[in-house]
Amino acid sequence: MALLNKKKRPDPEIPGSSLADIAFLLLIFFLVTTTINVDTGIGLTLPPIPDENVDPPPIKERNLLNILVNAQGLVLLDETPSSITEVKQKVKDFITNCEPGNPCVENLSEGPTDAIISIKTDRQTPYNIYINMLDEVIGAYNELRDEKARALYGVPFDALEESSEQYQSIAKDVYPKKISIAEPDEGNS
Amino acid sequence: MAHFKKKSANTKQDVPTSAMPDVVFMLLIFFMVTTVLREVELQVQVDYTQAENIEKIEQKRLVSYIYIGPERLGPTEVGESKVQIDDAIVEDINAIRTIMYDKLMEQPRLIVSLRVDRDSDFGLITDVTQELRHAGTLRINYSTKREI
Repeated sequence: MALLNKKKRPDPEIPGSSLADIAFLLLIFFLVTTTINVDTGIGLTLPPIPDENVDPPPIKERNLLNILVNAQGLVLLDETPSSITEVKQKVKDFITNCEPGNPCVENLSEGPTDAIISIKTDRQTPYNIYINMLDEVIGAYNELRDEKARALYGVPFDALEESSEQYQSIAKDVYPKKISIAEPDEGNS
Repeated sequence: MAHFKKKSANTKQDVPTSAMPDVVFMLLIFFMVTTVLREVELQVQVDYTQAENIEKIEQKRLVSYIYIGPERLGPTEVGESKVQIDDAIVEDINAIRTIMYDKLMEQPRLIVSLRVDRDSDFGLITDVTQELRHAGTLRINYSTKREI
């Protein structure tokens, strides 16, 4: 009978004891080579090269906030010397001038959509001073956008999706970031 | 002679190890996914500056890096400020235009991350951004660390 012929066979098995060792080896390799670094930085969009045949659109002097930074890190804000820590508040004042609810001051901008911040440096200005300056200006915009988002939608600006309508309306229509980085001077003057 | 049998608990004392490969594999897969092999050999020294209002670049595959900083000459000595793209130092600033234009053709949504040493002169960076404008790569990112 068939049942009697049945022999006892060894269980077919793959030796699994070394699997852990192999996996550990690979794990250690990836642990050593891995660098978990998130790219962070200040994002900007450069303006395209202007067409030579087309004149740039006229800009009223009062809508332009000139920030000059020299090689020593001294700041000139619309002809008045100021310190780098004051810049944020002054930029905010400048942008929100003439907004509904805010009084119009004579020589500040005609409203957030018209305001343009122009940053100009010397060629010798160290990069970190320039970044500090840019940081302050972007900080001013971020704070204003955040206030607006809280007032309109009750959420911080960071919480809005970048593709959402609310984000776009604040970023484009309420407080558009208009930052111009001018060609630096030679720095000899 | 009286022989005392040592008393021992009847329970097993080994740690179950059969699940260990699974755990290790899980860790392995995590590190394999997060790992970025070192992409370039830096020939310039870059000491990042810090800023508060920074954003993260989520899509890493869109990013192309430009390194600007003093050239590394030896273990401690550094030379003039140089611009490095990929693995080579670009001596001619005007060559950046064609290099970046080619990259833009490959990846139309290119983001250029400028990794600049904190003490570089801004003039050199303007020259580079001017080249980027000519190349048409307008989305840039000044790489900074978070200010603590």
